[in-house]
Amino acid sequence: MRIHIRRPWELKESDVTPEEAFRQRRLIIKAAALAGLGAASPLQALVPSQGSGAVIQGLADTPYGKGLPLTDYEYVTSYNNFYELGTDKGDPARNAGSLRTRPWTVRVDGECEAPGEIGIEDILARIPQEERIYRFRCVEAWSMIVPWAGFPLSRLLQRFRPTSRARYVAFETLLDPEQLPGQKRPILDWPYREGLRMDEAMHPLTLLVTGVYGRELPGQNGAPLRLMVPWKYGFKSIKSIVRIRFVERQPGTAWSDLQPSEYGFYANVNPEVDHPRWSQARERRIGEGLFERKHETLMFNGYAEEVAGLYRGMDLRKNF
Amino acid sequence: MQSRTLVRRVLKPTVFCMALLPFALLLSGAWRNDLGANPLETVTRASGEWALRFLLLTLAMTPLKRLLGRAWPLQLRRMLGLFTFFYASLHFLIWLVLAQELSWRNILLDIAERPFVTVGFLAWLLLVPLALTSTRAAIRRLGRNWVRLHRLVYPIAVLAVLHFLWLVKADLYQPLLYAAVLVVLLLARLGDGRAAFARSDR
Repeated sequence: MRIHIRRPWELKESDVTPEEAFRQRRLIIKAAALAGLGAASPLQALVPSQGSGAVIQGLADTPYGKGLPLTDYEYVTSYNNFYELGTDKGDPARNAGSLRTRPWTVRVDGECEAPGEIGIEDILARIPQEERIYRFRCVEAWSMIVPWAGFPLSRLLQRFRPTSRARYVAFETLLDPEQLPGQKRPILDWPYREGLRMDEAMHPLTLLVTGVYGRELPGQNGAPLRLMVPWKYGFKSIKSIVRIRFVERQPGTAWSDLQPSEYGFYANVNPEVDHPRWSQARERRIGEGLFERKHETLMFNGYAEEVAGLYRGMDLRKNF
Repeated sequence: MQSRTLVRRVLKPTVFCMALLPFALLLSGAWRNDLGANPLETVTRASGEWALRFLLLTLAMTPLKRLLGRAWPLQLRRMLGLFTFFYASLHFLIWLVLAQELSWRNILLDIAERPFVTVGFLAWLLLVPLALTSTRAAIRRLGRNWVRLHRLVYPIAVLAVLHFLWLVKADLYQPLLYAAVLVVLLLARLGDGRAAFARSDR
């Protein structure tokens, strides 16, 4: 339980505009501006679906990321870090055939009142899915802009009624070297594990992703269910999840267990804190030509307005 | 045709053209804008790996000569060495211009603070005097010192493999493969050295 002692200069919760209202207002302003310009209304259009997966039914449109230039479907699904399917960027797309995503169940347990399992079919049928365009920034200093389909993680977590002892959420990828042959070699301590602080997990930007470009995820992108935390480096967004646990202590995570000096638990995108082996100030946008300039990396990957408050008072150099 | 002429007229031009092939492929890829999702990564990796491959090929010529009992590998050695320098310089230039975007402050900081960059830069720097003294005239002028100078190729090879090992995130398979080849090539020489020592002792 986090006890918040309000300092005199801080706003009370009741003074804060609810996020939904805030978004609604921005949406209205944006829409009005666009209408004024006589633009066709891009705010009401889903991204045209691409790929061969099943179309996600009832996908709702949202204003997230509207207007950002999308990375081509081909690149989003052929340039992947998913070491369980091979360490070359092209390996996951080549090897994804071995991953069976049906049937698929996710076990949710730990510090909660209603532990249990939920199948991917139930998730797709019972939880409304929405499309959100997010910036995606890899710790290797490249980035994409991707139209994900999914839903806020909080919507799933609430069903299992976490207790007050639940301070972190731990995630695990499927462990099955037959389906994920990369696990036959001890590159990371399999299964891949990730974690979030409870407030990060419950944040409205944090998504569980079921699809990309309007259709169900291909294996190489972490089918059938993956995390997407857009203000953190990509390795936090664990793929092919089979287990979610509410825990009291900060859980171990795959990359920071391997190399704690290089990969932290928080892994927030931060242009001012370099990876020990390369700068994080700028990024290469996937799909751009060899001679195009890099882009400035944005604090919290451009989501500072929404998430900076989660880390108020923390030394982001220490908690990298 | 005598075998020396055959080497000069046929083998050398063939190897020369083949050695230019990776460069030609990169050029055409850049021209057609067909270097994959991350073109900078593609050209950086390709130029770096080809530099390392040519370095190991260069080092393989002396053992190969012993193994085959023929002289032609030694006639290829200089050309392979110069291709090592060519691909290493390409790799270095790509890093300076495209990766660092000629930001000199960042370039110096990187060289000073990031060990894998430091050893990579050092490997390239040490290649420069070897490339400059690769002419017949330089060989004649330097005499015994030429041989001493060109022993730099061994520390260069070790630095180049370290550069690869230290830049990898987790999967060491590939750099270790190159390291293994280097160890074999160095051991082959160690054997030769001992044999030579034994001969001179007699």
